Amino acid sequence: MTTTSAPPSSPPQRREPAAQKRKGRFGDRLFAGASTGSGILILLVLAGVAVFLISRSIPALTADTADLPNEEGLGAYIGPLIFGTLLAAVIALVVATPLAVGIALYITHYAPRRLAALMGYVMDLLAAIPSVVYGFWGIATLAPALVPFYGWLERNLGFIPLFSGPASVTGRTMLTVGLVLAVMILPIISAISREVFSQAPALHREAALALGATRWEMIRMSVLPYGKSGVIGGAMLGLGRALGETLAVAIVLSASGVVTFDLISSTNPSTIAANIALQFPESSGLNVNVLIASGLALFVITLAVNMLARWVVNRRADFSGAN
Amino acid sequence: MAKRIDVSDLDIYYSSFLAVQGVNVSIEPRSITALIGPSGCGKSTFLRSLNRMHEVIPGARVEGKVVIDGQDLYGAEVDPVDVRRQIGMVFQRPNPFPTMSIYDNVIAGVRLNSTRMKKSDMDDLVERSLKGANLWAEVKDRLNRPGSGLSGGQQQRLCIARAIAVEPEVLLMDEPCSALDPISTLAIEDLMTELKERFTIVIVTHNMQQAARVSTATGFFNLSGVGQPGRLVEFNPTEKIFSNPEEKATEDYISGRFG
Repeated sequence: MTTTSAPPSSPPQRREPAAQKRKGRFGDRLFAGASTGSGILILLVLAGVAVFLISRSIPALTADTADLPNEEGLGAYIGPLIFGTLLAAVIALVVATPLAVGIALYITHYAPRRLAALMGYVMDLLAAIPSVVYGFWGIATLAPALVPFYGWLERNLGFIPLFSGPASVTGRTMLTVGLVLAVMILPIISAISREVFSQAPALHREAALALGATRWEMIRMSVLPYGKSGVIGGAMLGLGRALGETLAVAIVLSASGVVTFDLISSTNPSTIAANIALQFPESSGLNVNVLIASGLALFVITLAVNMLARWVVNRRADFSGAN
Repeated sequence: MAKRIDVSDLDIYYSSFLAVQGVNVSIEPRSITALIGPSGCGKSTFLRSLNRMHEVIPGARVEGKVVIDGQDLYGAEVDPVDVRRQIGMVFQRPNPFPTMSIYDNVIAGVRLNSTRMKKSDMDDLVERSLKGANLWAEVKDRLNRPGSGLSGGQQQRLCIARAIAVEPEVLLMDEPCSALDPISTLAIEDLMTELKERFTIVIVTHNMQQAARVSTATGFFNLSGVGQPGRLVEFNPTEKIFSNPEEKATEDYISGRFG
């Protein structure tokens, strides 16, 4: 293999035409200005939303307990909503994450290449379905289908508080909502997991295989440790979506403002977003402020989850520094 | 543990592309065999076919026979996973598992064999393997630190420790020193000379001085042309290859007249 080495090059030209130089500088300034402007704009929008939420919820925060819609205080009104929001999102996360990891592993390491590409498209399609469609699917198909299953849960696992019943006859329960949300966040988590799993370095996969690892052992030794923080980040993004989901929950859930861990009965806590959507058209005066205050709570929760996700994802830098 | 390797009429394909053709060679136990040749001539492909690692690439297959002490590696009932447990491999770039400690890296292969081991036995094995790889003195105080924190040469010796911890019959090395500085290279070469008392070693190298320094036998791979399969042109004792090669192509290559 002959390699032709480049002839000793002349020293790079330092001198540039003055006009071109000035033009380059102008372009630089324009670009810097545009990107700084975009950055400031996003901060302004965020600050605007925060100011709106805070200023409009002050009347609710300072109002007399007796004037509030439930006459028991703001905490007693928003508390169950926060509880319901978190409960639905956590159910969705617990169901969707293992499934999404399994799908991502299948697509990246088990499926034949063509099937893998097809499945990738299908998962992306799942993300493109509007949430109102998920809501209708949930109430029209999933909920009735789950009714016998809830009855079975109550009879056989009723000693667990989660399934103490009485089982809903419509199926419009917290568990149904959690499952609908799980299907909705599945594409997000599996897409991010797929991405990190496919980037697991061949170097480490071969290291495991050369030691005599089976495919699953190879995945456990090199792919999963590498992708762990990416999966966590994807799960947090999914959690963010599940927390804010409005329509699907509003359509499916039969809500009654209680705090209960019973997932299969017909009395369920509502979620913040669904509650706002359902109550807002019929609200006026202080009631609107109360709803906005609940929105502020959702804003804070979602912000916290997203910051947590970002922090987790950023920690990946420590891992990839290897070699 | 060292075993003899007999390769006969081995053709290696990637899908329909014939990458290596007609390799016939016998590799002696307790020796170091070097494989040299220009880039893309199939040395690494041949090396990887010795523990079926080339099958990681979809479409890769072989025709012919690779027999290690009477056992055909490509027999119908042979599981590639079992082959790789008997035939260890060290790669061009050091590849310790980045999320594992030094200790866990060394026993990673042993853990795969799923035999329950006492903690004291594992400690002994880690110490023995790291001593075998000439790394013990440098890392004995930080066994629980990540393996990726070591220098490149230390990482490569850690990979060797990991490979020899499972007591393989053969150790394959794919340009183990090409990413290392001369001092680390020397450390690994010394190590190879010690290891050949226990293992059969096959090494691919681009460094002809290295082949001349460490190996007992040398094989020269070459392409007859672009798009043609690689062939084992000459296989002889290292002394003969470097002083009086049989083939003109070998002489041209090692004297730097081409390549």
